[in-house]
Amino acid sequence: MTPWPRWGVYAAAAGLLAILAFASLSAGRVWVPWSAWSATADDPRWAIVFGLRAPRTLLAILVGGALGLSGAALQGYTRNALADPGVLGVSAMAAFGAVATLYFGLAGGAPWVLPAAAMIGAGAGVVVLLALAGATSSLVTFILAGVIVQTIAGAGVALALNLAPDPWSVNEIVNWLMGSLADRSVEEVRLAAPGVLAGCALLLTLGRSLDALTLGETGARSLGVDLGRARLLLAVGVALAVGSSVAVTGVIGFVGLVTPHLLRPFVGARPGALLLPSFLGGAILVLAADILVRLTPAATEVKLSVAMTALGGPFFLAILIGMRRRLA
Amino acid sequence: MSDAQARPIEARNLEVALGGAPILRDVSLALAPRAVTAIVGPNGAGKSTLLETLAGLRRPDTGAVDLDGAPLLGMKPRERARRVGFLPQTPEVAWAVTVRTFVGLGRTAYTGPWGLGREDHEAVEAAMSAAGVSDFAERVVTTLSGGERARVFVARALAGRPAWLLADEPLTGLDPGHALDALALFRGLAEQGSGVVVTLHDLSLAARVADRVVVLAQGRIVADGPPESCLAPEVLRAAYGVEAVIVQGAEGPLIEVLRRAG
Repeated sequence: MTPWPRWGVYAAAAGLLAILAFASLSAGRVWVPWSAWSATADDPRWAIVFGLRAPRTLLAILVGGALGLSGAALQGYTRNALADPGVLGVSAMAAFGAVATLYFGLAGGAPWVLPAAAMIGAGAGVVVLLALAGATSSLVTFILAGVIVQTIAGAGVALALNLAPDPWSVNEIVNWLMGSLADRSVEEVRLAAPGVLAGCALLLTLGRSLDALTLGETGARSLGVDLGRARLLLAVGVALAVGSSVAVTGVIGFVGLVTPHLLRPFVGARPGALLLPSFLGGAILVLAADILVRLTPAATEVKLSVAMTALGGPFFLAILIGMRRRLA
Repeated sequence: MSDAQARPIEARNLEVALGGAPILRDVSLALAPRAVTAIVGPNGAGKSTLLETLAGLRRPDTGAVDLDGAPLLGMKPRERARRVGFLPQTPEVAWAVTVRTFVGLGRTAYTGPWGLGREDHEAVEAAMSAAGVSDFAERVVTTLSGGERARVFVARALAGRPAWLLADEPLTGLDPGHALDALALFRGLAEQGSGVVVTLHDLSLAARVADRVVVLAQGRIVADGPPESCLAPEVLRAAYGVEAVIVQGAEGPLIEVLRRAG
C-alpha cells in the first residue's frame, strides 16, 4: 500500500479526532441531544457535558496521545516493532511508584506527590530497559528485559497489596490500578496536562535521530546523531508522558503497541514520520475505546484498561505471528 | 559530488583493544585527499576498527586522529558527519522504507526539524543516479537483493556529499560489473578532490584501483605505499600466510593466490 500524503494523514486524523471528541461529549447514560448545545449554564445537561464529560474527553486525548507517541518513539529508538510502554513494563513501573505513595499514605499529602512518584517509576523503567537494550541489539534479550521490568514492578505492587493495613487500602489500590477514565475531574486534567505536554514535546524533537537509527547505532552516529542526547530525551520524555498519564488514569496497555502498527500503512515505516500521527492515533484509539466502554449495557462500567487489554492481547499475538515468519 | 575539498586526515599512534585483546597496535597513518587508499589484510587484522577510528566513531585507547589539524573527536558530531562519510560493513536496515527515503537519511547532518529541503532532494537524486539505483527508487530496501542493497548503501553515503568517504568493504555482494562501477565512482570522487578510503578483499582490484595500499596484519601496518611495492609476494606471505603469483597484465597486475605458505 502506498503511504498517503502527509497532509492527508493529518487531515484525516484531526477530522476523526474532532468527531470522536464530539461523540465523547454526547455519549453515555444520558445522551445529549443537539438542543443541549445551545443550552445555558443552568441547564443540567450543560453540567453533564462540561462538568463530567469534558474532563474525561480531554484526558482521553492527552493520555491516548502520550501512550501512542511514547510507543512510536520507543519502537523507533529500539528498532523493535513490539516496544510499548505497557508491554515493556514502563507503565507498570509508573504504577508501582504511584502505589508506593498510596501504600505509605504519602499521596494525600499534596496532589503532585503521586504523579511525581509515577514519573520517577516510569523513568527508572526506561533507564533499565535502555541500559539492557543498549548492550545488545537482540530482540529476545530486549523483550526479556521488558518482562523482567514488568515482573519487578508487579512484585512491588503485589507486596504493597499483601502488606496493606486494611481492606479499604487494598480496594483503593486495585481500583486505581485498573486504568479508567471514569469520574475524572478538571483536577486530574490539570495534574496530567503539564507532564504529558512537556514529555510529548521532548519526544517530538527526536524524529531526525530516530530516522537515522534506521541504519543502526554506528550508522546513526556516522550521520552525526548524538545518541547519548537522544537516549536522554527519550527517557525523560517517556517518563514525563507515561508517568503523568498513569498517575491519573492507572495503567492502560497496548495503545503504544497498536497505534504505530495501524498507522504504518498510511504513513510509511520511517520512525520520525510516525511520531505526530501516533499522538493523534493514540488519542483516537483511547477516545473511541472510552466511548465504547461507556455504552456497554452492564450495571458496572467495564474499565477502559480491561477493554484495551482484551483487544490488545489478540493484536499482540497477530503481530508476533507475522514477525515469527520474518525471524524464522 | 562533494561540497568541500577534503583536508588531510592524520592518525598518530593508534592503540585500540577490545575485550582485552589488542586490535590496533601503534598505527600511524597520514591520508591525503585526491586519492583512493585501499586498506587490505587478513580477517581480524583490524581493518574495520581502523576505519571506524579514522571516521571518528571509535575513541582509541591511546593516540589521536586529526582532520585538517584539529582532533576529529573534538568536533561537533554534525560537523564531523558533514566532512567524513562512513559506510559500515554490514549496514542495518531496521525498517521497511523505500530506497529514496533510505538514501535521504544520508542528508541527516544537513536537515533541520522540517525534513529534506530542495538542496537535499537534489543531492539524493544525484546520489541515486550516480550509484545506479534510480530505477528502483520507490522499492522497499528490505526487499532488494544483496547487490542492489550494496548500491543503495553507496548512494546513501554519497547523498551526504562528504569530503571524505570511508567505506568498509563496499563491494561485498556486488557482481563484477557493478563492482567496477562502484570503483569507478570512488575514483571519480577522488579526482574531484575528495578523499576515499576503502577496505577490500580482492587484491587484484585493490592493485588496479588504489593509488595507495595499506596492508594491515595483526593490528600493525606491515606495508604502506603504491600498489606495486605493497602487493608483492613477500608482503602477502607475511600478512596472509599465502604464496601468490603476480602477473603484470596490460591493464595492471593480476594477483592469484596459489596455496598456503608453509
